Amino acid sequence: MKAKITGNPIVQLVDVHKSYGPHHILKGVNLDIMEGKTTVIVGGSGQGKSQVLKHVLGLTQPDRGKVLVNGQDINRIKKKDLKKIRTEFGVLFQNSALFDSMNVFDNVALPLRERTSHSEKEIRELVEEKLAMMDVSGSNDKFPAQISGGMKKRVGLARALVLNPKIVFFDEPTTGLDVKKSNEIYRVFYKTQTQLGYTAVIVSHDVPKIFKLADYVALLNNGIVQDCLTPEEFQLSNDPIIKQYVETAMGPLYSSEMEDEL
Amino acid sequence: MNAIENFGARTLDYVNEAGRMGLFLINTIINVFKPPYKIYPIIKQIHVIGSLSIFVIIFTGAFTGMVMSLQMYHTLSKYGSVSVLGSAVALSLIKELGPVLAALMVTGRAGSAMCAEIGVMRISEQIDALDCMAIDPHKYIVAPKFIAALISMPLLTALFDVVGIFGGYMVGVGLLGANEGSYFASMQADVEFSDIYMGVVKSLCFGLIIVTICSSKGYYVHLTKGGGFGAEGVSSVTTSAVVLSSVCILVFDYFITSVLL
Ligand SMILES: Nc1ncnc2c1ncn2[C@@H]1O[C@H](COP(=O)(O)OP(=O)(O)OP(=O)(O)O)[C@@H](O)[C@H]1O
Ligand SMILES: [Mg+2]
Repeated sequence: MKAKITGNPIVQLVDVHKSYGPHHILKGVNLDIMEGKTTVIVGGSGQGKSQVLKHVLGLTQPDRGKVLVNGQDINRIKKKDLKKIRTEFGVLFQNSALFDSMNVFDNVALPLRERTSHSEKEIRELVEEKLAMMDVSGSNDKFPAQISGGMKKRVGLARALVLNPKIVFFDEPTTGLDVKKSNEIYRVFYKTQTQLGYTAVIVSHDVPKIFKLADYVALLNNGIVQDCLTPEEFQLSNDPIIKQYVETAMGPLYSSEMEDEL
Repeated sequence: MNAIENFGARTLDYVNEAGRMGLFLINTIINVFKPPYKIYPIIKQIHVIGSLSIFVIIFTGAFTGMVMSLQMYHTLSKYGSVSVLGSAVALSLIKELGPVLAALMVTGRAGSAMCAEIGVMRISEQIDALDCMAIDPHKYIVAPKFIAALISMPLLTALFDVVGIFGGYMVGVGLLGANEGSYFASMQADVEFSDIYMGVVKSLCFGLIIVTICSSKGYYVHLTKGGGFGAEGVSSVTTSAVVLSSVCILVFDYFITSVLL
């Protein structure tokens, strides 16, 4: 069954293949990311979710297939144009990828310092605002090695959002956070998304909670996107693989009554 | 058959790597000239590459000058020409030993650090993060190191030469009793601008070799074959960067000398 996906695809993966040595990781990934919508990529560990993001970001080149952003094949365009496309990106890596020789403040300030001509005072305000939003104020002078994994995630999120990107890519934004913090992140995410209207691609294991944020859910399984559906369709899908994933992720007794309690 | 295949594969790897380094250098030079120009990162790198190397340069420079003076004194006294001791020490330092030894010291001190730093940034995805923020890592990380190395190397070499000449003076004149006036007079008479020029050209070239090899080895740690991953990968590329830089410095030393003489 084909989903009723509507809108304007801002990112398209077309038959993307990738192998590392003998391991065929991506076996023809097809996925459309709709402008202004939140697409959540789910799937078991090691199924290649982070790899899909890296292909979209242009950090990894596919062996076969195309990655289109705004209709441009990012592996064929000039470096300058790729850079331009990336100015609209906000990225959170799975391991946060903070600059470990810079303190928290400088990490978040870096995109502002390098890409804008704001004064140091304006930068301070913007950074403080984003850090407060992520609830990590007061650690400005600490280095990444001195903060917890969950704090790194939130600093990484602050850094990803500081330039008000058009498309955000979050690789497991709430993994390693306690329930309260992760709910807080979702709330912030929901607020900023409605305010700024960015397109979001989120890789997450936080099923079913993440379904509340998602406009579309894509299941990556065995190197292909099994299907990309709305959360409701996804949970009711008859596709055996999706069905199995839903049952494993939410428990076999999961029903819509329980969803209301969440 | 296997041996030949192996040899072929290795050769290809080396050619590949040399190509990468060449492109890396070109890319870096392009980024050096691209705006925005920021002074602070360059000053910081001059501190790391230059200032922090001063002590080791003074130390090695002094002892090099001292041992040169000791050796030359004995050789020259056989021919009764101790009067040219000053010029002999100065010329060998300015044209040869100063640039080469200073470069080798900087390779060991700053080159290895540069390689490890960039390598760690690569494996912890910090370079990918820069790329995704549309900040060119060549501009942001490599270009300041490049400029700083080109500024620091000639200065460190000059320091090495000066300290070496005084070290030679201490041993030759102070210890062995050569004539003080002729030590400096012969130097003044024999050292010409072309000698200094050769020293400066060498030090600039060596600076370029160090930054290019050490930075690109670290930058491409993830592409290095058979080097291991993670911390082990970084440590093995750092070792090979230091070895390769040192070898290249000595090889290029010969060619630069033969061209400029
Ligand atoms: N550089 C690489 N070299 C070889 N194999 C790789 C490389 N990067 C990823 N892989 C492989 O690709 C597969 C997918 O990795 P990926 O990191 O995308 O998984 P994931 O779906 O993000 O998993 P997780 O949920 O645990 O983050 C894994 O099996 C991994 O072994
Ligand atoms: Mg992952």
